[in-house]
Amino acid sequence: MSLTLSRRGFLGAAALVGSAALPHPLRGAALESNPLDPGLASLARVPNGRREYDLTIAETTLRIDGRNARATTINGTVPGPMLRFREGEEAVIRVRNTLCEDTSIHWHGILLPPEMDGVPGLSFPGIRPGETFEYRFHVKQAGTYWYHSHSGLQEQLGHYGALIIEPAERTGPAYDREHVVILSDWTFEDPYRVLSRLKKQPDAYNYQRRTVADFFRDVSRDGFSAAINDRVMWAGMRMNPTDIADVTGATYSYLLNGRVAEEPWAGQFASGERVLLRLINAGAGSYFDVRIPGVSMTVVQVSGQPVEPVETDEVRIALAETYDVIVQLPDSRSYALYAEAMDRSGFTAGTLAAREGVLAELPPRRRRPLLTMADMGMDHSAMTGMDGEMDHAAMGHDMPPSTPAAATPAAEHAGHDMSGGAPAMALRAAGTLPPETPHDSETHGVGNAMVPMSTKSRLAEPGTGLGGDSRRVLTYSQLRAAEPWSTFREPTREIELHLTGNMDRFTWAIDGIPFERATPIEFAYGERLRLTMVNDSMMNHPMHLHGMWMELENGQGNHSPRVHTINVKPAERVSLLINADAPGRWAFHCHVLYHMEVGMFREVVVSKMPSAHAGHHDAE
Amino acid sequence: MRNSLPSRFRGAATVITMLLLASGARLAAQTTDTVPQMRPHGMGWGRETFVLAEVLDYSPAVADRSVDYDLVAWSGGAVNRLWLKVDGGVATRGRATHGEYQLLYGRLVTPWWDAQFGARVDQKSSGGGSASRVGGVVGLQGLAPGWFELEPSLFVTSGGNVSFDLTASYDLFLTQRIVLQPRLESTLALRDESDFGVGRGLSSTSFGLRTRFEFRREFAPYVGVVWDRTYGRTAEFANLSGESTSEARVVAGLRLWR
Repeated sequence: MSLTLSRRGFLGAAALVGSAALPHPLRGAALESNPLDPGLASLARVPNGRREYDLTIAETTLRIDGRNARATTINGTVPGPMLRFREGEEAVIRVRNTLCEDTSIHWHGILLPPEMDGVPGLSFPGIRPGETFEYRFHVKQAGTYWYHSHSGLQEQLGHYGALIIEPAERTGPAYDREHVVILSDWTFEDPYRVLSRLKKQPDAYNYQRRTVADFFRDVSRDGFSAAINDRVMWAGMRMNPTDIADVTGATYSYLLNGRVAEEPWAGQFASGERVLLRLINAGAGSYFDVRIPGVSMTVVQVSGQPVEPVETDEVRIALAETYDVIVQLPDSRSYALYAEAMDRSGFTAGTLAAREGVLAELPPRRRRPLLTMADMGMDHSAMTGMDGEMDHAAMGHDMPPSTPAAATPAAEHAGHDMSGGAPAMALRAAGTLPPETPHDSETHGVGNAMVPMSTKSRLAEPGTGLGGDSRRVLTYSQLRAAEPWSTFREPTREIELHLTGNMDRFTWAIDGIPFERATPIEFAYGERLRLTMVNDSMMNHPMHLHGMWMELENGQGNHSPRVHTINVKPAERVSLLINADAPGRWAFHCHVLYHMEVGMFREVVVSKMPSAHAGHHDAE
Repeated sequence: MRNSLPSRFRGAATVITMLLLASGARLAAQTTDTVPQMRPHGMGWGRETFVLAEVLDYSPAVADRSVDYDLVAWSGGAVNRLWLKVDGGVATRGRATHGEYQLLYGRLVTPWWDAQFGARVDQKSSGGGSASRVGGVVGLQGLAPGWFELEPSLFVTSGGNVSFDLTASYDLFLTQRIVLQPRLESTLALRDESDFGVGRGLSSTSFGLRTRFEFRREFAPYVGVVWDRTYGRTAEFANLSGESTSEARVVAGLRLWR
């Protein structure tokens, strides 16, 4: 009985208030099958195929990192309860708002009617204080997803949880046990205060700047002139190579299933078992580099979608991304599940243990990375001598050649729109990598601090601070959809968007125009689009499209992996194919919460009527 | 010596302020008009108000034990801002005070530079009397290549005197929290303004070297040394009124913002 199930989950969750960090508040639901094996327990059948949950959004005081925290909770916990469905079911989720402000829940990565997508102002007006909103949609997919508030900065306050959908029929790699691993970041500051500080002093949280001592260290390592040249080059551009994250461990407590590394979450396994870890980055401002020292991981799903298994040692998980990895632990020791923030200003860790109470040894922390010339889109070969810390290993290897046809300039810059009579012939073949392209003369106004000289695909690079050692790191270029897509076809139109920012003012936008001044991006219903994103800034941006899949063109043709969120590296040019098959108003935005809040956000309208002016035009 | 602001300039300053405020309100109204009903709230830079005490010096070893300050505040968005700048000093022994007050409209004209214009009032008093002058200011404020904070401005007084001010500073991170800040303030005048003790040519410089400790980014006590010098005609005026033309002082103070 669905109601019984959700109520029991509810009671379980309610009982956990105060010890909020327990990972599976809905464990009660799973106990029906196998108490040792909550994840694998198949969901009991529900009448009419309708599975119901009741969620209550509240302000709750609970313990985080050993202190009392005032969190915005879902059923009293951070993270909120895990919601499980089976593909093909009807989801009915009632969300009651007991806050003094509006709230909402967005089902991240889920294909559903636009009015159920949970974006206040686009999908629906939001959930007013005291109101209950009923979400109702058919679950048409399977995999690891998550849900979170799309109102204000509530996501920073704990308003997120896992959304797991079991396939109608089990396929894919076998595993014996599963754990959901939600990575996130918590601050005891008011998130609006955090944002305000960033606007007034954008590097307020950076305590890893290059100091005088660093300079002398570089002099002794690289020589005086190299060290000076490097400083002059960065200072000359008014760029800071340590600007990796806006909000850092200076204020963040990094969480794994709601717990810090000092009092870690522990997941059970038995020696030799194949354990599926469903990794979710529910942070507001942190990328995590995840590994289990001494054990390799096999990546089997990305963005909830199956990929051909890739064995690796480390996975960078951008904000809002989801990865499923399978690990096989050879003995019954305890293993650390270690997740470092990308800027190395902090970490979180959990324990995978065969027995309770045995903590794993944590690996040594790594030094904070520096941005490189490649992050500015500078010609790499010409500048090699300039920066001793440059990531050579990352560059120039296994980059599949782009097609010759791609050498045509990617797009007219007026609105970055190829639709204006450009024949489909001009577009390069679907599923291929975009070519290296010099940046044109458009600099995107005062809201954008710089433009890279040229941008190119960086999908084969592990990213800032990774690579260059013996550890294997997952790259986007390794991902290959498990099955070819039957809907895969050539694009008929290309839209090019530039990700822009002025870190001195903390203005983040798309094409230099913040959401409040932008007009929607228009997709014509049924069209096949290429969305090209060019990152003109020196920060990584995890870009998320609601309502439709994006097929990442990583050179794998019709095995291009589907994603709901794509990380775009500094000075990177990345393209994705979209079937505009979901009429309605959708959100498209950067998932760094503070970037979104200041305007790195666009409305996408998929209109059924053929538009007189297909393509979008930004407001002046 | 003039004892108070001529009323017509006070009036002009009021009008300028009103115009600035009104244009700001009009901009805000336009923004509201163009927003359709169902829009997510925010998703823009919004409005902020920033107050910074860059300098709040106490000089215990000089005769008048002065407190010197350089305060700046702005309110507005990422592009359009209303600025208030107050730079001056007050003696804790004796009655000498001096101050410059600027109300400016600023607009971000390149990613790194604000262009600013507005009104400025200078005031100076000692035991012997007081003087003031008013005028218009046009200036720039921003970050020059090399991470130098620069603030050049041109001041035209109601009497037609023109002077040029430049403030430059640089933050050198000795550690993640200890910051050494060299800071230069200089003034150059086109004509003598004896009422105000300003002579033509390079008239004065003040070079400070302050080391602060950032307990929080917003709260940083510092110690430092400051060299004040006057030159040429300005130095002659100073000699006449018995003031020193070159002075080095040890300062202790706070750098604060919120």
